[in-house]
Amino acid sequence: MDILNKIRANYLKKKKSKLDFAPSVKKTPRSFWGNVALGLFLLLMGLAFFFPVIYMLSQSLKPMNEMFIFPPRILVSNPTFNNYRDFVNVLANTVVPVTRSLFNSLFVVVVGSIGHIVIASLCAYPLAKYKFPGSNFFNQLIVYSLMFNATVTMIPNFLTIARLGMLDTQWAIIIPGFASTLGLYLMKNFMEQIPDSLMEAAQIDGAGYVRIHFLIVMPVTKPALVTAFILVFQSFWTNTGDRFIYTEANKGFAYVVQQLASGKISGVGSSYAGISAASAIIMFAVPLIVFLIMQNNVVSTMATSGMKE
Amino acid sequence: MAKNKNQMSLQRRVHLTLRDMKRSIPLYIMIAPFMILFAIFVVYPVLTAMWYSFTDFNVLEPANFVGLSNYRKLFLDDNIFITAIKNTFIIAVIVGPGGYILSFLLAWMINELPHKLGTVLTVIFYAPSMAGTAVITVFAQIFSNDSNGYLNAALRNLGITKEAILWLSDEKYVALVVILASLWTSMGVGFLSFVAGIKGVDEAQYEAGAIDGIRNRWQELWYITLPNMKPQLLFGAVMTITSSLSVGSVGDALVGFPSPNYASHTIVNHLNDYGSIRMEMGYASAIAVLLFLLMIVCNMLIQKLLRKVGT
Repeated sequence: MDILNKIRANYLKKKKSKLDFAPSVKKTPRSFWGNVALGLFLLLMGLAFFFPVIYMLSQSLKPMNEMFIFPPRILVSNPTFNNYRDFVNVLANTVVPVTRSLFNSLFVVVVGSIGHIVIASLCAYPLAKYKFPGSNFFNQLIVYSLMFNATVTMIPNFLTIARLGMLDTQWAIIIPGFASTLGLYLMKNFMEQIPDSLMEAAQIDGAGYVRIHFLIVMPVTKPALVTAFILVFQSFWTNTGDRFIYTEANKGFAYVVQQLASGKISGVGSSYAGISAASAIIMFAVPLIVFLIMQNNVVSTMATSGMKE
Repeated sequence: MAKNKNQMSLQRRVHLTLRDMKRSIPLYIMIAPFMILFAIFVVYPVLTAMWYSFTDFNVLEPANFVGLSNYRKLFLDDNIFITAIKNTFIIAVIVGPGGYILSFLLAWMINELPHKLGTVLTVIFYAPSMAGTAVITVFAQIFSNDSNGYLNAALRNLGITKEAILWLSDEKYVALVVILASLWTSMGVGFLSFVAGIKGVDEAQYEAGAIDGIRNRWQELWYITLPNMKPQLLFGAVMTITSSLSVGSVGDALVGFPSPNYASHTIVNHLNDYGSIRMEMGYASAIAVLLFLLMIVCNMLIQKLLRKVGT
């Protein structure tokens, strides 16, 4: 244990010391006009990509009389939080308390995301770094599994979940979510870049694969784990699960918000447009905040994790 | 080496494999939890769907084996499917390479910025992909048929057009709208992996490169950054292939289903038509199998191309 920690600490220190002396790093010179062109391009693209978000935000801050002006104005003349207030008010009066559906979602997201990262990373490491009978076959299988359309696998999947007795429980969302190949494939690709020497050193000290995985591989591939986490978090968070869960009390927050936004809870006609706009922002804000926290974390650990062969 | 292996007797080869397998038992145990779930929830449904493609399965009645008749019908009796193939290719040829190159360029440029600013920009570019279906309403406003819609008004004010263009209903433009909307949401997973991958390139290599006579950032990109990012490039390529050949739901939401005169009807639209509207699951599965084969072929071609990077 101590020796393993030492190997890892040495490795991280070596990378860090490089960062400490960053100013002395001799880099290829950047031309001034190159920088200007780059900045302008990024600014333009940034505006284009930010527009949908700004639009959604401005729509959610509009009072009713501004919401239906056409063409929609980005600037709101009388910004109001009424839509958010209505959103909260409606949620406070649902038949099943909203705390219940929030808890359901929290359970799915936390258990699902962490479980997926642990299970999939444990599988990604051997596939990325070792050759063993069948490893090639498994690798190919995983890439190709990403390419099959989900519409036609829905029915066999439903039958399996029914047979396993997971219908109407959160497990119907969580357990198949563990088997998402996207996160696994992402992690595997980053793990391929870990230098062999790092693991050999640990092996010589008698560490088993599992210990190497948790003490060396995982810390070193943090950027990939974080990216995979964001992906899987988002997919669990937005999963309404309405195909598998029928009891109202077992449904998640995404389902309630979806019903709300489509006017099924909050009334008919145009009266729900404001709530709908507010709910879009709220559903979007949660993964965004997680993303920002995690991404910031990536930046600070990046310098200590990027060593390649 | 390969020759030696061929000459080995079968018995010896089995023996060696068994020995390797025995040695790798801890590895098998590590991959087992995921692989078991993967087999149950991914491999088994895919194999079942492949079997459906040879049947007349319609969800309600038990499936009857019909041989290749679904496939024959697709190619010989289904003109709309041929249109769908054509449209899918047109859309994928633009959205695929376009989205791939753009997401790489943006990721690379972000890396030239200070960390904090870079993080903010990463989030901004990823945001449309993250917002999911909510962004479709925004696109519907931008490409509105109305003469006061954002794009129509802008073109008129610039004096480019005199009359409003029916972006969402004119068969000449719907495919273009679908392409633009798809590009807008193409900074997805591939983009994130590029951002993480570029940041992970060892600084020492850049130093060494500067000493070895690399003069500008373009050379640095080609000789150092790209070759160091092959796993991420490969990952991004797989993501791009699957997403650009599966464009479909954006068109559904924007121009309606079916699109005007099938002008933006894609393979996935066709599949959903049979799979979730008509419930002809056997036929839909045959489409899925063909799409799957198409993606595999594309993947092989792209892998060959990517091997040339940095040489």
